Amino acid sequence: MSGLQISFLEASARKRLIGLVDANSFTEFCPPEMRKTSPHLALLDIPLALDDGVIVGAATLAGHSILIAAQEGRFYGGAVGEVHGAKICGLLGKALTDRPSAVLLLVDSGGVRLHEANAGLIAISELVRSVLDVQAAGIPVFALVGGSCGAFGGMGIVTRLCDEVVMSEQGRLGLSGPEVIETVKGVEEFDSRDRALVWRVTGGKLRRAVGEATQLVDDLIPAFRSIAIKLTEKYQSQPLASIDLDSLLEKQAELVKRRARFERARDGLEIWQEVFSEPSCVPDMTVADFNRQLGVQA
Amino acid sequence: MEKFTLALPSSSPPLEVIRSTICGVVSSGNLEILVESNPKSDVCTLVVNTSAHGFREIWEAVLHDFALRHPAGGLGFTINDAGATPAVVSLRLDQAFEICCGEAK
Amino acid sequence: MNDQTIYDRLFGKGGHELIFNGLFLQGTARVGGQNVAVIGTRDHAAIDGSIALQITEAILNVVREDVASRTSPRSIILIADTQGQALSRHEELLGLNGYFAHIVKCVDLARRNGHKLLTIINGEAVSGGFLSYGMMADCICALPDAQVRVMDLRAMSRVTKISLERLETLAKESPVFAPGAENFWRMGGIHEIWKEQDDWPQRISNALAHITKADARAEIGLERGGRHFAAPISKLVAEA
Repeated sequence: MSGLQISFLEASARKRLIGLVDANSFTEFCPPEMRKTSPHLALLDIPLALDDGVIVGAATLAGHSILIAAQEGRFYGGAVGEVHGAKICGLLGKALTDRPSAVLLLVDSGGVRLHEANAGLIAISELVRSVLDVQAAGIPVFALVGGSCGAFGGMGIVTRLCDEVVMSEQGRLGLSGPEVIETVKGVEEFDSRDRALVWRVTGGKLRRAVGEATQLVDDLIPAFRSIAIKLTEKYQSQPLASIDLDSLLEKQAELVKRRARFERARDGLEIWQEVFSEPSCVPDMTVADFNRQLGVQA
Repeated sequence: MEKFTLALPSSSPPLEVIRSTICGVVSSGNLEILVESNPKSDVCTLVVNTSAHGFREIWEAVLHDFALRHPAGGLGFTINDAGATPAVVSLRLDQAFEICCGEAK
Repeated sequence: MNDQTIYDRLFGKGGHELIFNGLFLQGTARVGGQNVAVIGTRDHAAIDGSIALQITEAILNVVREDVASRTSPRSIILIADTQGQALSRHEELLGLNGYFAHIVKCVDLARRNGHKLLTIINGEAVSGGFLSYGMMADCICALPDAQVRVMDLRAMSRVTKISLERLETLAKESPVFAPGAENFWRMGGIHEIWKEQDDWPQRISNALAHITKADARAEIGLERGGRHFAAPISKLVAEA
């Protein structure tokens, strides 16, 4: 399964998950047969999914035990509702007792599910606290972002809490989606139909250049798998550093510097200018070339 | 949502279904199908939840056709549909059956 | 009520020294004779990267000072008044979500360093702006007029394509999507709603005295009958 050259972007959450982990190693928790669907969508009399848009379970990755969640972006934009959020929270809770080598979150979500908005917002804040608890226990959490909905809203925050953020060029990461900004602030602020601009502001190459993503990979399930293995093994040999005052003061300085450096920037090109000799070539660069020019090892 | 259940006669599959299978995604024009085992080996049960109202006759035709074409006795199908066309429904049912019983052929 | 009146009521006249810098505020106040740090936003701030960094700088300073002086960690009172995150291409380009994640980590560091964290919602608490710091406290309290929401029903109706009438009817039975501090309270997302006639300094003292570090909001939501599924499903998976 993992040998097939399948696009991560085009695959369903289930295909991504199965293709990422070792063959026949996945055990699903709270599987579709249990029918834990959203009672709130049911009240609105609109379609339900038997897994409420997220698959959670245990697997091995190159033999290492992991816990893994995959959001289905095509089911209400992968948005987090009460059941959906509780499944991921439960998985993170299980990490505290099982102590896997890593927890992998295949994020594909616009954030809070508006049909159950209050439950979704509270669930994401619980998710945030759960991720921090898992990290405090010394277990690394990785976010893998390459789905059609990217990682936005609260899930954009959760993604940036993770110890590693793996993105494909097609993956997108941010807080407010371009459509939301355009609706409220106007098309001059952000033209959401300008796909090239959207990718230059939120896409994987921009996020990798700013340092918001730690890895950029090709849009292929095996590429995500191989980097996930490398990262899992990296944290086996080099334990997770705890978040302490010094590391956060350092981060504070870095973020202050970023704001000053790109004080007026509104387009990824302005950021690539600082990093690449030919910024206009960045969108067409292969991932390998991009990583080489950025001076990083994949 | 419109909901109905059908129990259709169908011949037994070549192998007992050990693990349930899920196929497809609930999104506009698409559907998910969960296949589980059911105790009656000569009956195929189908539970349909669809967002498209008033198409029960067409659904029944598609499902009858499926139960005739495949040995789906002893199988239970749960379908969550968000407005898929009959062709997509038929294709997904074939896929679900294939994943579930394909190896036994 | 203006800022001065609110803070006089919360901490008593002469019981607080707060500095207002644009939409950001910080300072010290007294609760039960003890100094507490006060950090927050006002005037329904749209939280952008600059405000985020003001909040984190203030939190890190409190943590650093108490580590340096070897005094017991002060309680931190977070004042939430936010209309949500700033909507801007520039902010998105720089990764506003990353700035918010930094706030979350700073608040959590304070918690792990022994600072008690209490949020007081004064004004508005809306989606991402609320999530980034207000919702991260150990105890979240709302003043009587607080407006808490993700999105108003009109906008929700547009996005979900469900009629406003229907949403309004359903909102009478379910706390799950409609705006309102009361709805968040029922779901465990807000611990306390204070009344106008309450003794607010007393409520702050009480809340701080009863703070627990573990996140019990799902269980609280279950007890209050506003969130029936989060706790059992989370448990189901955790114990799978």
